[in-house]
Amino acid sequence: MAYVSRGFHGKRSKEREDSRVPPGQHRVEDFPVLSAGPTPHTPLDGWTFTIESEAGEVLRGWTWEEFRALPSEEVRVDIHCVTKWTKLDTMWEGVSIDTLLDGVEHDATHAMAFADGDYLTNVPLEDLVDGKAWVAFGYDGSPLEPEHGGPARLLVPHLYFWKSAKWVRGLRLMDHDEAGFWESYGYHIYGDPWREQRYAGD
Amino acid sequence: MDSDAMRVDGNAMAGMLGEVFVQEMTDTRIACGGCGKVEPFGAEHVYMQAPGTVMRCCHCDTVLLVVVDTGESRRFGLGKAKWLEFVDE
Amino acid sequence: MAGAAVRGRLSWTLGEVVDLIDETPRVRSIVLDVPGWTGHRAGQHVDVRLTAEDGYQAQRSYSIASAPEDERLAITVEGLPDGEVSSYLVGELRTGDKLELRGPVGGYFVWAADTGSPLLAVAGGSGVVPLMSMLRHRSASGAEVGAKLVYSSRSWEDVIYRDELEGLAAASHGPQVVHTLTRSQPPGWTGYARRVDARMLEETAWPASANPAAFVCGPTPFVESVAAALVLLGYPATSVKTERFGPTGG
Repeated sequence: MAYVSRGFHGKRSKEREDSRVPPGQHRVEDFPVLSAGPTPHTPLDGWTFTIESEAGEVLRGWTWEEFRALPSEEVRVDIHCVTKWTKLDTMWEGVSIDTLLDGVEHDATHAMAFADGDYLTNVPLEDLVDGKAWVAFGYDGSPLEPEHGGPARLLVPHLYFWKSAKWVRGLRLMDHDEAGFWESYGYHIYGDPWREQRYAGD
Repeated sequence: MDSDAMRVDGNAMAGMLGEVFVQEMTDTRIACGGCGKVEPFGAEHVYMQAPGTVMRCCHCDTVLLVVVDTGESRRFGLGKAKWLEFVDE
Repeated sequence: MAGAAVRGRLSWTLGEVVDLIDETPRVRSIVLDVPGWTGHRAGQHVDVRLTAEDGYQAQRSYSIASAPEDERLAITVEGLPDGEVSSYLVGELRTGDKLELRGPVGGYFVWAADTGSPLLAVAGGSGVVPLMSMLRHRSASGAEVGAKLVYSSRSWEDVIYRDELEGLAAASHGPQVVHTLTRSQPPGWTGYARRVDARMLEETAWPASANPAAFVCGPTPFVESVAAALVLLGYPATSVKTERFGPTGG
């Protein structure tokens, strides 16, 4: 192991880790901003969210007004970033993916979430439905800030948070799995924090 | 905090690159496969707050390099860099 | 500088803290004895790594403050309010402690006093550190090539190396040092009292016709706005070298 620095503890919470914190994670109270590129600033009057077929055909689409008119819900979830921080009891407001997929005919098994800034991340469909995921537009009682993915981001709290694509603009339905951005550069294709699936091969 | 304020530049990658490359890398020139512009590493935009380190063209934001450190290995994703040129002193 | 860019692969090495200097209420210089240190170039930096007992690690980059001619290696660290590494280095570290370092690194943001171009150094807050290494190197080498430092700080108390800069500026062939204090100024202050802008650079920087070598260092928004202003003043983009420190206050 590297040289241990006398008196260094880091800024992690000194509380005893509890069962809500997955292995290798530590709790934080703040909400770190992690980004792989400049913050996009898509004007709301140009914003759309679309569900697309593998071929790129738009199956369903919403403008911002139409999206905000959909039924939404408030959820409190724990989130886990692959960079090892976990934040408990985060409050979000969003539209359930079940609502967005309601009535869409497909035989897809997976989806690729695409976002402004050319970000892509893949999620199995069964991890997006049945109340497991949302397109979130509110955080902690306020509109989602751009640096945290606003106006809207994908929220899939049971997987590592790189799957919760910031600035999400849609889902492309697929009949197979395909690596998104971080997945193609070495991160795990699925990303279950409870099995510590951080990197490919874990 | 805005991620634009958080971005750094290729200078911040120098130590990590120095563990892999014998050549000092911050004055290595890199050509963008997006806009074609050529800059030294030190001038390109780098985002280190993410699950990996991402270098983007300082002119057009195209992803040039992505470095993921798994703890057991380091993967250098080649993104859309067209070429690298090592400067002889 | 034949051979300077090629060396073995870097790895972590241990230095011992031999002196600690409080430069300002929030900024401290750390002087180190590093066995096997082969020297550095002005403008380069080192990475510092801290490891807790349970294996948790945190790592940051710090510019080298000392001149290549100096016997010992020095870095200067600004303590940030929620900085887990900087608060340790500025608050907890003691002489006799050891520090894991990797470096020196940097071949882009470096300046040697034997180049013909006059130096323009523009510093935002702790961005002055690598530029100070350049000015210390210039003084130690006896070079007479022109040098100007435009240095932005919040207040007079926050000016790092304040007295030393005064001494350098007073020496014959010393650099010209221009301060701007953005938040508060001491009584009787007649200098600049605002953020560095195009007009200030027009009044203080070398004209583009002097073929200067410009180095801009500090928080990212500062660096990007100053670099853009220099280019508008006619500096070729390749003559303006930048080092962004990220979002640190300045």
